[in-house]
Amino acid sequence: MVLNNIENLLEKYENGETSLKEEQQLKDYFSQETVAPHLEMYKPIFCYFLENQQEQFTKHLPLKTKKVFNYKWLSVAAVTVLMVGFYFNRERGDFTTEEVQLAQQQVRESLELVSKHFNKGVSQVNYLGVIDKAGEQVAYLEEMNNPMGRIFKKN
Amino acid sequence: MTQKEFLNIVTPFKDKVFRLAKRLLVSTEEAEDATQEVLIKLWNNKKRIGEYKNIEAFSMTMTKNFCFDKLKSKQAQNLKIVHSNYQDHNVALQKQVELNDSIDWVDRIMKELPEQQKLVIQLRDIEQYDFKEIAKMLDMNETAIRVTLSRARKTIREKLTKTHNYGVK
Repeated sequence: MVLNNIENLLEKYENGETSLKEEQQLKDYFSQETVAPHLEMYKPIFCYFLENQQEQFTKHLPLKTKKVFNYKWLSVAAVTVLMVGFYFNRERGDFTTEEVQLAQQQVRESLELVSKHFNKGVSQVNYLGVIDKAGEQVAYLEEMNNPMGRIFKKN
Repeated sequence: MTQKEFLNIVTPFKDKVFRLAKRLLVSTEEAEDATQEVLIKLWNNKKRIGEYKNIEAFSMTMTKNFCFDKLKSKQAQNLKIVHSNYQDHNVALQKQVELNDSIDWVDRIMKELPEQQKLVIQLRDIEQYDFKEIAKMLDMNETAIRVTLSRARKTIREKLTKTHNYGVK
């Protein structure tokens, strides 16, 4: 009875007409130790299918999380910094005219101090003019060239 | 989508992808590479994963196409050398000694099947998808799948009977 059923199923199986459930029945039957001798050749087929179901993928999967740097936030940060800067600047920007004059006064005084010292330095450097004078005196040696010129001409 | 969520989606069918790749590419290493490639492609497109109705079927189709591409590029390289191995009929005798285990014979017969039949047998008899799903994965209609399946099953049985009898007679 069972064998008859299996034979029918096998025929349907070969015609590609079995349902998944019927195919499972066949697999169950052929995974037994003993099967009818004339159906022996089907055994390895179904055992092969069952065996192949077990194989697993064990290789490691390198999944990289791509981190894309978002330049949009860079500009947002820059704009924020600028605005904060302007905000604090404006708070400090309100000076009275007296304060401005005082500041100008102070700047002028310090600049004058600098120029005074600078002039002093320049007057000391004027002493270097002596070197020019010495240079003029040395120019007198030029006259030595005249007699030498005459000597070479005669030869 | 985090890695963990992605793995949760992928884990149920990653073995199936691997087995399909191995069915077509034969070599385990190449099948592993192919699986990795397919899964990484999915991961890189993870933003669009929600749009796919059936990620599993989609991945299987992807795997199939990927493996076909691989096979095609290999064919362009040096198919002749590989193929000549099979043309030597004397090998059959030696092989018979080596492969006395019938399950190995099934494996050998499976390798000789045309690609389309391999695919259908793999998806139906090993992964147990129903015909509707297979039709979607392979972009074929169900009748065509049944015909291919029937042909493949008959071929396997015939060849196996032949090898069985070969030893007896």
